[in-house]
Amino acid sequence: MSAPILEVENLTKHFPLHGGLLQREVGRVHAVDGVSFTLARGETLGLVGESGCGKSTTGKAILKLTDPTSGTIRLKGVDITHLSRAQMFPHRRVMQVIFQDPYASLNQRMRVKDIVAEPLGNYEPDSSRAERLEKIAALFDRVGLRRDALNRFPHEFSGGQRQRLGIARALAVNPEVIIADEPVSALDVSVQAQVVNLMMDLQAEFELSYLFIAHDLAVVQHISHRIGVMYLGRLVELAPKRELFRNPQHPYTEALLDSVPVPDPRRRRKRAVLRGDVPSPINPPKGCHFNTRCPLAFDRCFHEAPPLREVAPGHMAACHLR
Amino acid sequence: MTHTPVERPQDPTLTARMSEAAAGAWDALRRNPTMLFGLSVLVVMAVLAFGAPLFGLPEPMRQNPINRLQDPSAAHWFGTDMYGRDLLSRVLHGGQISLVVGLSVAALATSLGLAIGLVAGFSRRVDAVVMRFMDALMSIPSILLAIALVSLWGSSVTNVIIALTIPEVPRVVRLVRSVVLMLRDQTFVQAAIACGTSTPRILVRHIMPNTFPPLIVQATYICAQAVIFEAYLSFVGAGTPPEIPSWGNIMAEGRMFFFQNFGIIMYPGIFLAITVFAINTFGDGLRDSLDPRMKRRF
Amino acid sequence: MTLSPPAVPDTDPVLQVDDLRTWFDTRDGVVKAVEGLSFDLRPGEILGVVGESGCGKSITSLSIMQLVPTPPGRYASGAIRFKGRDLLRLTPAEMRRIRGNEISMIFQDPMSSLNPVLTVGDQLTEAIVLHQGLDPRAATARAREMLDLVHIPEPERRLREYPHQLSGGMRQRVMIAMALSCNPQVLIADEPTTALDVTIQAQILGLMEEIREKLQTAIILITHDLGVVAEMADRVLVMYAGRKVEEADVVELFERPQHPYTRGLMRSVPRLGADGEGSATRLAEIPGIVPALTNLPAGCAFADRCAFVTDRCRAEYPPLVPRGPRHLAACWHSDTLPEWTA
Repeated sequence: MSAPILEVENLTKHFPLHGGLLQREVGRVHAVDGVSFTLARGETLGLVGESGCGKSTTGKAILKLTDPTSGTIRLKGVDITHLSRAQMFPHRRVMQVIFQDPYASLNQRMRVKDIVAEPLGNYEPDSSRAERLEKIAALFDRVGLRRDALNRFPHEFSGGQRQRLGIARALAVNPEVIIADEPVSALDVSVQAQVVNLMMDLQAEFELSYLFIAHDLAVVQHISHRIGVMYLGRLVELAPKRELFRNPQHPYTEALLDSVPVPDPRRRRKRAVLRGDVPSPINPPKGCHFNTRCPLAFDRCFHEAPPLREVAPGHMAACHLR
Repeated sequence: MTHTPVERPQDPTLTARMSEAAAGAWDALRRNPTMLFGLSVLVVMAVLAFGAPLFGLPEPMRQNPINRLQDPSAAHWFGTDMYGRDLLSRVLHGGQISLVVGLSVAALATSLGLAIGLVAGFSRRVDAVVMRFMDALMSIPSILLAIALVSLWGSSVTNVIIALTIPEVPRVVRLVRSVVLMLRDQTFVQAAIACGTSTPRILVRHIMPNTFPPLIVQATYICAQAVIFEAYLSFVGAGTPPEIPSWGNIMAEGRMFFFQNFGIIMYPGIFLAITVFAINTFGDGLRDSLDPRMKRRF
Repeated sequence: MTLSPPAVPDTDPVLQVDDLRTWFDTRDGVVKAVEGLSFDLRPGEILGVVGESGCGKSITSLSIMQLVPTPPGRYASGAIRFKGRDLLRLTPAEMRRIRGNEISMIFQDPMSSLNPVLTVGDQLTEAIVLHQGLDPRAATARAREMLDLVHIPEPERRLREYPHQLSGGMRQRVMIAMALSCNPQVLIADEPTTALDVTIQAQILGLMEEIREKLQTAIILITHDLGVVAEMADRVLVMYAGRKVEEADVVELFERPQHPYTRGLMRSVPRLGADGEGSATRLAEIPGIVPALTNLPAGCAFADRCAFVTDRCRAEYPPLVPRGPRHLAACWHSDTLPEWTA
């Protein structure tokens, strides 16, 4: 297997909380707490978890849209963790992003051709207008948008079309890695399928690697090769998707899988597998972060955090019981 | 990638874009009678003020001591002042000063404030210094600051404009800065960072155009305020040179002759009130039509 | 109403919507948000209403609650019969006595439906005092009882807390408690779990089912999630572009969908655990987009996206026709659709 295109090691992001008269630090939000994984060329790694588990912050930190507190991010072998905005410039071309809200991620005051051309203008400033326009038109064809829409504004497009615009913009500079932060969760199901299919086709065509961040397990399962499950800032399980769904090793993964409603009225099950709420990431519980809700928790879970260990070939889990 | 012959989408030419913008503006006016009313009154005011030399009225400065302090008549619709100058002509000409000062102050204050606010909103280091300075500036009552500046520099229309602009700038900076801070975390700005766009370019392309709607509205209020303050400064003798007929100057002169000819104070006063009212009405209408929430309403 | 009849299909409906048309007059024309919608809701029944954004499902619930802003909205035709009265003909004062009392509603976003400056207790007791005329003391006792019912631990403490001190799941429980505090016969839940995480969604869905059994409340469950419908609903109504395109009992609908749109919807949802192998399979997608409601075609609104479309579909709107036991579908070609395989 070739070297991974993206390596994340022990990534941590804490947001300090300030309070009181002197705005002193009064606490820290442990958004991401020591996450490690690798992404191979042409692979889709799904990152799932509930709100506040740190999956989006992980994506933002990798994109350097927020500065990591500690840890290492290597893109094609180069450590980009501490690069300045200017130093990041050549690396951004390799790694692009698709955001969740296709409306908010497009500047409403710009024509869509200018939006899609923005990265081209940054990375190929010498190309002529005509060349760029030709390239954008070809991109429009590729993502399934009509060429006669080039001069329109974002608000004239439907949600799915806007997400196609976001994808076209990400593809404009031929990236190798795409961080997709909940790319389909704002879309209707029928349109969601269109976008998921498009992303899979593009991956096959351009050998793209995706970090696919989402909360919808069914979608993640469909598009990913491997899946990482996050809970309160930590990666609790990481496995090839088949392994993960057939043989979940972490009690949280198991609960998560059991909670998803199945579109089959003959398979109604007893619900409410997990009690209580996710604790606050400001003061996460000591030991295993899942200990407040875990049905299997015992003494050790309350003072010792289980490391992410290989429990079967290629299957990692962070649980004292495995 | 598939290659089909490109039927090149036509790039809208500048004129086409402008006519598009004009059509949009007219549409907005038609839907917003308040704004249309304010604008119409302003246009009438401007025509009266700047067209005054063409109306065949007596020169505003020409003295005619025999006819001093006359009541309104067919020859002098508003009557005459203590030097026998035609009051109608003076009031109309006075509008020129008010409108020029109002528009200049609005334009200057917003462009200066925009530039400073953009930088302050995006750079934390500049922000700390600039905003403290702005706070200090705002703590001085603006009218006192203006009087002090004009007294220092001597009275001229230019100085009045500068003196009225300076105290307005901090308010614009605050507005722009708050919009920038809000926009900075928007996803489309993050998207621009992620696709390699440089910071100055992000400011100009993504942030600045989004500050325009609130800024334009603010500009109308500054304009109205400047019209009032100009009159005020002239009235207290710290504004436009007394020989130039501005509404403030006319009223100041009329003080002494209040009982002989009330019109010397009343007519410029009425014009001042109508102008300010029209500008504010226009601004209110503009605010409504630029508010995206209003646009989305059925 | 102390003795609720059991939830059998033949009981008299508690709520009947008959040929409802809710239209909006806009600058771009008339938006027919709900067009000729009819359905019955029986006591203790959970009716799932599914469809994508803009299909009219939320406007339907707002119409029942008479919360559609008029103008621009108007009820162009129809009746909403509740206990023998047509809600569309009530005065605002009469409607206020029903709303939140006999018919209540919970929304997708519990935070924006709670007043941030009042405690949970204040808000809960307010409705009870208003509708049931209890004195504040009894109302507080009732509020505590309601929090117990929705399984909120330490109800005494929660009553004194403000909405922002509660988690998302907890807030939705409070909303449900508030909606149930006056023993409504009908509860409208508009995407009640969409903003929640799956593990919390499972808790809330479980709670709603429990409440239906305990109190025999009829529930209209509006959602875009077929999984939620399959797990919760007794009967399902599928909406597209303002109209009902299919209605059936839940098992019947999922096993023999008779409208191409329903089928497309079911196929485009990826199934958990269905595909353990590599990601070679493509999801079935419904091509195209929902037509603009201002400019609906004369024929079937789904025609442009449908694989079975014929000239007739474009010319005439297909009527709702029985296609099985208690099963209605509005498609000219239901007879000739291929055998359904999930």
